[in-house]
Amino acid sequence: MEKRLPKFFSFISVTAILLSLPDVALAQGAAKFSGADTAWVLTATALVLFMTLPALALFYAGLVRSRNVLSVLMHCFVICCVASVVWLAVGYSLAFSDGGAANQYIGGLSKAFLSGVGIDTLSGTIPEIVFFMFQMTFAIIKPALIVGAYPERISFLGMLLFSVFWLLLVYVPVTHWIWGGGWLAEMGVMDFAGGLVVHLTAGVSALVVAVMIGSRRGFPREINPPHNPGYVMIGAAMLWVGWFGFNGGSALGANGSAGMAIAVTHISAAVASLSWMMIEWLKHGKPSLVGFVTGTIAGLATITPASGFVGPIGAVILGIAAAPICYGMVHVIKQRFQIDDSLDVFAVHGVGGLTGTIMVAFLALPSFGGLGLAEGVTAGQQLWVQFVGAAATAAWAIFASVVIVWIIRLVTPMRVSEEDETEGLDITSHGERGYN
Amino acid sequence: MKMIMAVIKPSKLDDVRGALSPLGVTGMTVSEVKGFGRQGGHTEIYRGAEYEIHFVPKIKIEVAVMDDVAENVVTAIRENANTGKIGDGKIFVFDVAEAVRIRTGETDGDAL
Repeated sequence: MEKRLPKFFSFISVTAILLSLPDVALAQGAAKFSGADTAWVLTATALVLFMTLPALALFYAGLVRSRNVLSVLMHCFVICCVASVVWLAVGYSLAFSDGGAANQYIGGLSKAFLSGVGIDTLSGTIPEIVFFMFQMTFAIIKPALIVGAYPERISFLGMLLFSVFWLLLVYVPVTHWIWGGGWLAEMGVMDFAGGLVVHLTAGVSALVVAVMIGSRRGFPREINPPHNPGYVMIGAAMLWVGWFGFNGGSALGANGSAGMAIAVTHISAAVASLSWMMIEWLKHGKPSLVGFVTGTIAGLATITPASGFVGPIGAVILGIAAAPICYGMVHVIKQRFQIDDSLDVFAVHGVGGLTGTIMVAFLALPSFGGLGLAEGVTAGQQLWVQFVGAAATAAWAIFASVVIVWIIRLVTPMRVSEEDETEGLDITSHGERGYN
Repeated sequence: MKMIMAVIKPSKLDDVRGALSPLGVTGMTVSEVKGFGRQGGHTEIYRGAEYEIHFVPKIKIEVAVMDDVAENVVTAIRENANTGKIGDGKIFVFDVAEAVRIRTGETDGDAL
């Protein structure tokens, strides 16, 4: 077991080299095409797209009021489409190609519009076009996650502009730092499937947007409860399935690492759901469906950065920890600080991702049934690296998000009028009603 | 003729309907409504956050009857919608000036 991790690390570095110098690496025969790996990553790509359409869209749509249900579905769908175009144009290249002198911080434009990438170009053991598609589905779900911070009041144009610029200025560079051979990758940050890259960046950015555009009218006392908890459950259940592709696919191969990632993902989700259920049952007397499936998502977000490094025991520990930490943060953000991060993007996704990122330093140890740290690295050293990685990505995400919102506001209002907000975004922004 | 309008707990609708048929009530209009009275609202908890529910779901029934049975109908509703707990609802009785059956044009007592 311990030997698999260094192997995984070398695989990552080989991938990084291949991404920058595919022809040279191929000439050296460093990587061979694998049909099995390709088949699995293709499958995982579909699963991760499924996480946004329709899983996340339904999860969020059920949590808002009935007059805004279509607007949230619309946000997720349009972000999917616009992120795909951005990813093809420059996003992928800036995240995963060689940036030359600036490579520590950002990739280059050599692969803009997939320039030079054909059906025979390899990335590791899979065609680069498959890697591109797999990563595209991640680039889709990240800005879509932030939809939960600003629903029921954001202007459609403001949402579109924010999503595009956030993708380019936050997601792309952070992805390059951690997965594209940038400075955090060189430091040895462990982020298997995106606890930092996806969940922490989206979480803190969500908080920034929620603060900057302000609360929904009537928050926190006069807000109606989720209009359709059934949608929330359906969305959460689909997210759970899709997450197998998210974490398992991040192994980029059809192997035991992918299998273990799926196993720990599943266990963490199950344990965190039960953990959240117990909290509500003890505290409020009734275990609620919305709470239960929120626990599921907390467990999934928490295991994400750790999913390729921990074993089943680590997954149980992460699952147990996820619920009370995220549950507590929902209260802190909404009640204590009165920040209307409406659907708890930061408290559930951001804090979950951060929890997993920090705890992996210990839970990856063989004594916790983990797959081991890199050779010669102690848990303390890894913890420091994880901390630096989290602090740097959070700081950058906050800074960039503030700048993005500030600039967009110079061009267009980020919020709809009070009257439109009261009437609901479905009819005022989209001219339709969810329920006729 | 009287129009008897009652706002009752949703769970008591079947009991009330069952009690009115033997009294010769041949029609009834039922609506799902929300409102508040002395019961006020209540709170619901989602993700640990309390939401104030100001308007409680109720059922509104409307029954038009001849004067001689009105008293019995009111009594039947009162007895069958009663749980003894706050929030059982209210009954209102109005005078009806005219009633017409649309299909035949029959009026008043014949129309009910």
